[in-house]
Amino acid sequence: MSGLSRRGLLKTGVAASMLAATGVPARAEAKKGGTLRLGIAGANTSDSWDARTHSDSFMIMLAYGAVFDCLTEIGADGQLKGELAESWDASADAKVWNFKLRKGVTFHNGKAFGADDVIESLNMHVAEGAKSAAQPIVSAITNMEKINDHEIVFTLEAGNADFPFLLSDYHIVMYPAGQVEEAIAKGIGTGMYKVESFDPGVRALLSRVDSHYKDGSAGWFDSVEAVAINDASARMNALMTGQVDAVNRVDFKTEPLLRANPTVNIFEVTGNQHYTFPMLTNLSPFDNVKVRQALKHSINRQEMVDKILLGHGRVANDHPIGPANQYFNDDIAQNTYDPDKAKSLIKEAGLDGLTVQLSAANAAFAGAVDAAQLYQASAKAAGINIDVIQEPDDGYWSNVWMKKAWCACYWSGRSTEDWMFSTAYEAGVPWWDSKWDNSRFQELLLTARAELDSDKRRDMYGEMQQIMSVDGATVIPMYANYVDAHSTKLTNSGTIGNVFQMDSSRLVERWWFA
Amino acid sequence: MGSVSKIILQRLGLGLVTLFVVSIVIFTAVNLLPGDFAQSILGQGATKDAVEAIRKDLGLDQPFFARYLDWLSGAVRGDLGTSFAAANFSSFVGSDAGSGLGTVAQTIAPRFENTMFLAGVTAMIAVPLAVFLGVLAALYRETIFDRAANIFTLSSISSPEFFLAYVLILVLAVLNPILPSLSNIFDGMSFSERLERTLLPALTLTLIVTAHMMRMTRAAIINLLASPYIEMARLKGISPMRVIVKHALPNALAPIINVIALNLAYLITGVVVVETVFVYPGIGQLFVDSVKLRDIPVVQACCLIFAGAYILLNLAADIMSILSNPRLRHPK
Repeated sequence: MSGLSRRGLLKTGVAASMLAATGVPARAEAKKGGTLRLGIAGANTSDSWDARTHSDSFMIMLAYGAVFDCLTEIGADGQLKGELAESWDASADAKVWNFKLRKGVTFHNGKAFGADDVIESLNMHVAEGAKSAAQPIVSAITNMEKINDHEIVFTLEAGNADFPFLLSDYHIVMYPAGQVEEAIAKGIGTGMYKVESFDPGVRALLSRVDSHYKDGSAGWFDSVEAVAINDASARMNALMTGQVDAVNRVDFKTEPLLRANPTVNIFEVTGNQHYTFPMLTNLSPFDNVKVRQALKHSINRQEMVDKILLGHGRVANDHPIGPANQYFNDDIAQNTYDPDKAKSLIKEAGLDGLTVQLSAANAAFAGAVDAAQLYQASAKAAGINIDVIQEPDDGYWSNVWMKKAWCACYWSGRSTEDWMFSTAYEAGVPWWDSKWDNSRFQELLLTARAELDSDKRRDMYGEMQQIMSVDGATVIPMYANYVDAHSTKLTNSGTIGNVFQMDSSRLVERWWFA
Repeated sequence: MGSVSKIILQRLGLGLVTLFVVSIVIFTAVNLLPGDFAQSILGQGATKDAVEAIRKDLGLDQPFFARYLDWLSGAVRGDLGTSFAAANFSSFVGSDAGSGLGTVAQTIAPRFENTMFLAGVTAMIAVPLAVFLGVLAALYRETIFDRAANIFTLSSISSPEFFLAYVLILVLAVLNPILPSLSNIFDGMSFSERLERTLLPALTLTLIVTAHMMRMTRAAIINLLASPYIEMARLKGISPMRVIVKHALPNALAPIINVIALNLAYLITGVVVVETVFVYPGIGQLFVDSVKLRDIPVVQACCLIFAGAYILLNLAADIMSILSNPRLRHPK
């Protein structure tokens, strides 16, 4: 007890608590050390280090957030910066991109990182028989030319100003060329943490690499232990009893208990994640814009945020661009709950009343069936009959979504406007879940994509959001927040990313022990 | 002893038939569920092409009987096949990088080991405790002790498992932080740490299985207490404890052993809820995950293990009943 008396200890304790009470942020210098223990939902026995297959938080956090690197990274402040790429520039039509790669980077097995790794890692997504979610991004690259080991030129089939943004996608991580299979089996990347052990769907143990190009700006923990805890109560329990230091996806029902616990902090961000009710416009009555507008005015959005998300969200305005997007347009007139207006819109459509079926299952999003029933109740005041059809969770995405005329759906959102629109709203894409084809909208989508001038893009994307909000065939009632929690032993820079949950899934790199 | 080995052979033969029937039932049942592995793994991304590609990789495009026969012919040769979850992974890689990885046996073995460890720890606590309490309850029947033991064990068996688990977490992990609430055991953990982490789930399960065994012990003993030979023992002036342990208990063993076997089988097959609450990586979790994923080879193998556990434990119970009974041991 190095000469510290009990009284002395008490005094320092008092001093510490007074410091805390003065409100001086405890965000002093980041410091190294400690083992971060995570309790993460979203793990599966089918998990692997193949980023092409990643779709759930456990693997995204570990692969994209710790073990592997992308070419570019969206910082906690939303700004794009280089990760394995040092700098880039584009031709005037945004068709030809020149990327300079970081030098002196090595993979965990000692192999040096270079242009060949980039080419092979990108080609993985378009390989014969590969099933990658990033396939549309990579297939838009018509040519990859290696200038030297640390410079590469991409030629795109059409201009795309967002190209560097797209390369920050969590599917497009860099693997060592010629050793991809081994890298997928063992988890060999260029990230700040290397894999010590990995048991799919159960647990992973990572340790800090000795030296890394991000040294001094990230990667403070010595090691990371991630435990898969898919059950919400068990996850909250693990945090409350100090078995883990941070958990994702706070269970809203037990959130007040968590909030009451002095050793736990909840952190919450509104990102692009949103819930939708897409209508198929090739089917009657959804081909009629008045009917679509009537339905948009017969949903009580605030009630839905309060009851389905228990307040952890934000009212949305029937377009999929969210607060985490660069060109989010917050000035569009809000579609409000207005039964009278909905009634007169139905009349304008030349109908006496309206009866429609709405298919929902909780596979679409947590609480989708309840949301559909709330919708049913609020629409009744407008004289609209909504038959809620509860569908089975199993096979929902195959048998209901894009098949039934009107159903519930969710999107985690995309980091760029173009990406979001071209995933689900560009005419003819596989996930075109409304078949809504507005010529001005489609035209703007193509023009904005190749435009490098930021102000012009802001105008165009703003107009697209406006068109969709008024004319579109998707009711988008709300953005759902990312709500996570951590022990007060952990701290961070004060800026938390909102692209995904858990500080854009980069908590492992960005946080430290206070 | 010839009759005993004959019984064993007979029962093992019947057991094989049962396993065969179970495998057909499970295969059909999983097949009847809506959706298949391709759809569940792709989720929202289940475009027609992607679904077809995965189905083809895994042979899911084959007709039902062809798939079953294929599985069966492998199973009788001891090859339980490849887990779809892992096979899928290797097909993504595009070559046989995944071969050798992810066979069903490799997927299940560590989980099964964990389940057996938990069942073992629970049995070590629960069985002696239940028999001991049962004997005491029979000895002090109709007393406060008997009533208290009955009320306690019956109320714990009547409570849902997750409720008991949370009560124990509250008492032993939150209010008095003695034991860890997270039982995420893994390879390379020292035995004592593993034991410490397993203790809370084991205690929960103990609460659940004790009542059944204890009440059977008590009932079986009390049943015998009216027999003339017990009367005789009492008349000889033997102490009540000795009467029960020495004279009544051996004759009551058969039903007690049967109930113990049933409860042990439950410990192997039915502890998903407890595993979930404590995040214990046992076979129950794997089974539920696999049903959700429609990973038929793993589901089949789990079911065979579950059915096998029941068959073997029942067989063991019957044999031990025979061995505990001299009249059956030495048939005229």
